[in-house]
Amino acid sequence: MSWMNGLDDWIIVLGALAAIACVLPGTFLVLRGMGMMGDAISHAVLPGIALGFFVSGTRDNVWMFLGAAIAGIVTAVLTQFLHRMGRLERGAAMGVVFTSLFALGLVMIVQAADHVDLDPNCVLYGAIELAPLDTVMFLGMEVPRAFPVLLVVCLINLVIILLFYKEMVISSFDPDMARSTGIHSGLMNQVLMVMTAATCVACFEVVGSILVVSLLVIPAATARLISDRLSIVLVLAVIVGVIGAGLGHISAITVPSWFSSDVEDTSTSGMMAVAAGVLFALAWVLAPRHGLLVLAIHRIRLRVRIVSEDVLGFLFRFEERGESMSVHNIRQTLTSLADAGPLASRLAIVSLKRRRLVYREGSVWKLSDAGRARAVEVVRSHRLWETWLWRQADLAADHVHGQAMRLEHVTDERMRAELEIQTGSVSQDPHGRPIPAGDSEGEDGAAASPPGD
Amino acid sequence: MDTFWRVLLLQDYNTRLVVIGTVLLGIAAGSVGSLLLLRKRALVGDVISHATLPGVGVAFLLMVMMGGTGRWSIGLLLGAAIAGVLAAALVLLIKRTTMLRDDAAMAIVMSAAFGLGIALLGVIQDLPNGNQAGLESIIYGKTASMVQADAIGIGIAAIIVILISAALYKEFRLLCFDDHFAGSQGWPVTTLDLALLLLGTAVTVIGLQAVGLILVLAFLIIPAAAARYWTDRLVIMMVISSLLGAASAWFGVTISALVPRMPAGAVIVLSASAIFMLSLVLGSRRGLLVRLIRARGIRHRTNRQHILRAIWECEETSGKVCRGDLLKRRRWTQREVDRLLRKARSRGEIESAHGEEVVLTETGQEAAQVVVRNHRLWELFLIRHADIAPTHVDRDADEIEHVLGVELVQELEAALGPEGSLPSSPHVLGEASP
Repeated sequence: MSWMNGLDDWIIVLGALAAIACVLPGTFLVLRGMGMMGDAISHAVLPGIALGFFVSGTRDNVWMFLGAAIAGIVTAVLTQFLHRMGRLERGAAMGVVFTSLFALGLVMIVQAADHVDLDPNCVLYGAIELAPLDTVMFLGMEVPRAFPVLLVVCLINLVIILLFYKEMVISSFDPDMARSTGIHSGLMNQVLMVMTAATCVACFEVVGSILVVSLLVIPAATARLISDRLSIVLVLAVIVGVIGAGLGHISAITVPSWFSSDVEDTSTSGMMAVAAGVLFALAWVLAPRHGLLVLAIHRIRLRVRIVSEDVLGFLFRFEERGESMSVHNIRQTLTSLADAGPLASRLAIVSLKRRRLVYREGSVWKLSDAGRARAVEVVRSHRLWETWLWRQADLAADHVHGQAMRLEHVTDERMRAELEIQTGSVSQDPHGRPIPAGDSEGEDGAAASPPGD
Repeated sequence: MDTFWRVLLLQDYNTRLVVIGTVLLGIAAGSVGSLLLLRKRALVGDVISHATLPGVGVAFLLMVMMGGTGRWSIGLLLGAAIAGVLAAALVLLIKRTTMLRDDAAMAIVMSAAFGLGIALLGVIQDLPNGNQAGLESIIYGKTASMVQADAIGIGIAAIIVILISAALYKEFRLLCFDDHFAGSQGWPVTTLDLALLLLGTAVTVIGLQAVGLILVLAFLIIPAAAARYWTDRLVIMMVISSLLGAASAWFGVTISALVPRMPAGAVIVLSASAIFMLSLVLGSRRGLLVRLIRARGIRHRTNRQHILRAIWECEETSGKVCRGDLLKRRRWTQREVDRLLRKARSRGEIESAHGEEVVLTETGQEAAQVVVRNHRLWELFLIRHADIAPTHVDRDADEIEHVLGVELVQELEAALGPEGSLPSSPHVLGEASP
């Protein structure tokens, strides 16, 4: 790799600025379920850009902006029209509009190929690698021409969001509520569309239309996975966007050379999108509250708790019948009666042993005193539920077991007391087995059933 | 003009190839697109088409590593297809395991995959034998330079896609209209979903060569969306959508062959858009015009019933009806009342020469009686069976009275017992009802 001071610095700065500019409207697009709107607008501005050329005859930014912004608004309005009046699903409406406009733009550009040098490639992929070479004087410094443009867009987006923060938030989460509090939710929508369109155009030259989509959506979605608070999501999204831009450029000039000595670097804008995607994948797996890993751990822990409660219940019932449960037996029982896999069974037994709720005597599992107390609770919940379902919910006696099997794991002492009152403190479940008495310390007098009844 | 007909009627060899290839593609895309549209997956085509790019890149690099030139088009297309299916599956996975909605899932997969594709192309470009000319055509298509082998390949693939979607028609229909029901009936919904995505990918991949990856989406969406305006039946929608796809392909290729500097892919899409716009306005089922006429019909009927009931109730309370009295019964302007009265007169429901006083003719009385009766039956029903206060039923009944059918009225009569004939109003007949 070759790090050219200045040049590479500028590329990262421009990428980061583009990311910040895109993230601001992008977060609200993601919130509103309009993530693909960025894709639609970024394709559909092509005829607007071409029109800007025809009118002005130059690659003047102002005309391009104007044309593209108009095209962006037209896209949003047409999509809305087809969705509402044409009764098309929103995605399909978007698809119809933006592919048509893109085709129109292509025809216009090819038709005018003699008059203007507009390369559709440039619109698609951008040319961030070349951007630092095209410089202007700005505040007495020589900076890339794209720098002041992106800076201004960033500032404008920031100002709009700060000004209309409350309105934007309410109309994104609950348009009806927004309308009822006098916020013009349609107007906010239009503001967002114009902002998106203008941002897309400003970023095209630098990063291309596809990367714009990735910057609009990926950092916002990544941040959304990490946090549930909008203000934090916005800040996180900016950070993710900037890191993605930096990582993207660095990997563009380093990664290819790992594989082949012939290749020095590759497209920075492409790698920025990839880097953003990688960050998203990381958040998807590792996010603190909604990440796949955390969810998997939760699920496993819940499963182990349920299976260990089942083990206690089985041991209690065996004891009740005067049988003992061998090490081999317990696996079979768990697989056939509690539908527990080998891993969950093993983990459950390990956890029970560690908490000293069960112990092993020769080849037989036994309940410790603490274990028996817990087992009584489980079996009591089970049989109370069976009775309740049979008496109060009119379920057939041979159908209540499965339900009770599920409910016993979410039933606490207060619920048990309530169940006992509602079932009239009977002493036997529908199958004729005794309902064990509750722990008399944990409940009030009304719920305690006389022992040996 | 001669050339136009020569080209349009396939007498020109080059154009004939292109037309046959793209028309078959249009038919396949039309039928698969209809299914995707109804499954609310229209934009998945966008994800698939963008995701094919890294697939092509990886396939190229693999083939180079194995010692080939990397130009073997079947290998490239295979890579594209695998990547497309993977991307579509990834979208479903993100949607299922996070709280993100499908738009965000699609945008993420699409843009990251396309970025990867561009990066891979950048690498390939720098390889010593990596002239990427062959890969360029995948993005923009090479409609005009299609050779016989391409056309035959597209044709065969399109026919296979058409046959599969016909064979799985019944399953797909269930999937599109009620996936929960399909699941409860024991159909493998996920497998069917994947099969549909596979078909979408197949169309996208064969479409790449014809129109390029950005415009192939249009082939999937626009004809299907246009067909939706003409019918409510899936099989007819698929046929119409296929025909529209084929027609726009034919027309687009013809134009692009005749007019200089008209990229075929773009012109095909624009033809499809033109057909879409016509369908939007003229469609016989859900077109704007038809719906406008239908809405007008309903408004006319409602207005007629309003004025008749107003006259009847006015007569009932004060015995004599003046135009001024009618004005107070409802929120309408004097001009509206006059217009409605004029219309009623021309229908022969009001006697003409009575000056300010309004008198119903015999036909008018009969018609008014039906309307008033429907209104009051519903009011009584609401009071008795829905426990709504008598002062509040007028407004509810006002909305429903226009759509009560004969059978429903009979049922109401049965439910309300002897009062069925023409009940008196359960509330005070007042001034302007809301």
